[in-house]
Amino acid sequence: MALLEIRNIVRRFGDFTAVDGVSMTIEAGEFFTLLGPSGCGKTTLLRMIAGFDSPQSGEMLLDGKDLASIAPEKRPIHTVFQSYALFPHMTVAENIAFPLRMRKAGKDEINERVRQSLEDVRLADRGGRYPGELSGGQRQRVALARALVNRPRLLLLDEPLAALDMKLREQMQLELINLQKEVGITFIYVTHDQTEALALSHRIAVMNGGKVEQLDEPSRIYDSPKNRFVADFIGTCNLIDAEVSVAGEEKMVLRIRGLGEVAARNPGASCGVEGILALRPEKVRIGAQLAPGPDENHFKGRVHDFLYMGDVTVYIVEVGDGVHIEALLPNSAAGRPRILAVGDPVEISWRYDAGTFLDG
Amino acid sequence: MAKNFGKWLISGPPVLYLVVFFVIPTCIMVLASFRYAGEYGGLAPVLLHDASGAHLNLTLESYQEFFSDFIYSWLFIKTLIYALVTTFFCLLMAYPLALLIARSASKYRDLLVLLVILPFWSNFLIRIYAWMILLGPQSAFSAALNGFLGIFGVGPVRLLFTPFAVVLCLIYVQLPFMVLPLYANLEKHDPALLDAAQDLGANGWQRFWRVTFPLSLPGIYAGIALVFVPVLGIFAVPDILGGTRGIMIGNLIKQEFLEARDWPFGSALSIMLTIGAMIIVGGAALVAGRRGKGNV
Repeated sequence: MALLEIRNIVRRFGDFTAVDGVSMTIEAGEFFTLLGPSGCGKTTLLRMIAGFDSPQSGEMLLDGKDLASIAPEKRPIHTVFQSYALFPHMTVAENIAFPLRMRKAGKDEINERVRQSLEDVRLADRGGRYPGELSGGQRQRVALARALVNRPRLLLLDEPLAALDMKLREQMQLELINLQKEVGITFIYVTHDQTEALALSHRIAVMNGGKVEQLDEPSRIYDSPKNRFVADFIGTCNLIDAEVSVAGEEKMVLRIRGLGEVAARNPGASCGVEGILALRPEKVRIGAQLAPGPDENHFKGRVHDFLYMGDVTVYIVEVGDGVHIEALLPNSAAGRPRILAVGDPVEISWRYDAGTFLDG
Repeated sequence: MAKNFGKWLISGPPVLYLVVFFVIPTCIMVLASFRYAGEYGGLAPVLLHDASGAHLNLTLESYQEFFSDFIYSWLFIKTLIYALVTTFFCLLMAYPLALLIARSASKYRDLLVLLVILPFWSNFLIRIYAWMILLGPQSAFSAALNGFLGIFGVGPVRLLFTPFAVVLCLIYVQLPFMVLPLYANLEKHDPALLDAAQDLGANGWQRFWRVTFPLSLPGIYAGIALVFVPVLGIFAVPDILGGTRGIMIGNLIKQEFLEARDWPFGSALSIMLTIGAMIIVGGAALVAGRRGKGNV
């Protein structure tokens, strides 16, 4: 049985529909992420699971029990807040002991659990400090320890790393993955940061306008976006208007205005359908001269512009009649890499199954 | 040099103001408490001239008088009790009110705060006289109360010119001074803390006692200081509503200066009141400071 089953949840604020008929199933032990731009309904959904808000219709079942009948303080669900919401008048140890005190645990049990928790998050020597005396990363770990000390069935995390700087964020991402593996508690993680979502999650629900656009594993979300929104929101992507001219069993031929015909994998579209070709820049090969392999699309063009990023260089190549395609070239050659200049003639190619056709 | 000049230019006037109108008068009063009363009121000269030359004409008589009759200490204790009761009920009523304002929608908050301080816009004495009418034997309020008590065979009770009338009006007068610092504190609380407390298993009662209340302690201390200390010295309210039984230390001080014309004794009473208030507030601040150490 699924741990959490969400069925047709709707939440409106006046005229605005924040969550619009969302359904999903979350399995025990999963690291599940709700990903989307701000205002997509992900935080509202999280608040409804925690119990701070209730849906107008639909239901949520935890272990088969309807959550609507359980008060927020009685739910075996704890939350890590974006602002951490640590109690400023309590020490770190008192903060962590709070949920244990609330369920009237014995003194010995509290002491033992708090000690263990402090050790787990590597803050054993900080138990007597107040939250105001800790660094951002340490506060984050206290918030995690406090939310986990009661062993909830489900841990909700609301953009917990948003307030940290990039280096610390990467380190905390690794810690989160390890922590989740260790404790085996199901995490539901809310973020607007797609790299974070891809790095952390077992499964991702991409949300937009209160609806789930795609729910899948990170690699499937990235490699096979279901629609224009997902392709555009996750990573960078060339999105080129195209029309199906030949639809084969597995392959298809797309006609692109100003470029001509391009081969692509057929997701099941029929002839004459209009849509877009979604093509990741890192799947496009670029060079002064390229030998086109079998099953490859190959075009000649000129460097329109480029961005030197350090590890890679992003080239915007103009092919055909004013069609711009982004291609990514790793600066992996030893020594100082030669960079193509604006205006240089270049060739680009990509395998037919690197591009995805999206109708609509 | 120029920097110091600017600093003095800005802070000079208020410092001068306090020296002239607070420090010097206080010194004069301390001195007055050790002097003899003049024959027709006022003060006897500080220096007496006789055959052996000039010598100081000072005495501890006023302080001896204070401790010689328990009635003065009793008046102090009574004043203290009035102040404590007033502070207690102000806190009891102001806390829910401040919490209500702090938790209401932000567009209504300013209006609600305005309503709390609205009474300040009418004259203090007029408001006290209004209580005189309200508590008088002919008032609808008295009639209703006595009618209600009559059901149980109690009364009729007299309200005006009693300690009850004094404390009731003191609470009314001081209530805004408790509401405002409490509101200023409660309004700054992060609502996420209450969400977190609830999320971690705290029910409404626990959320209040474990989170809201301890975080509001600085506001409570400020409110107590603003209500308690002024009540110690107040004289207008007991003058008008207290009759003979509701008299407080402020009335005695006023009497000594204006009616008995014993300025040294009046000054001594004032000094005792100031020292007493300083000991109580200082002691409370010390206890509060020790408890609140490390709080952010």
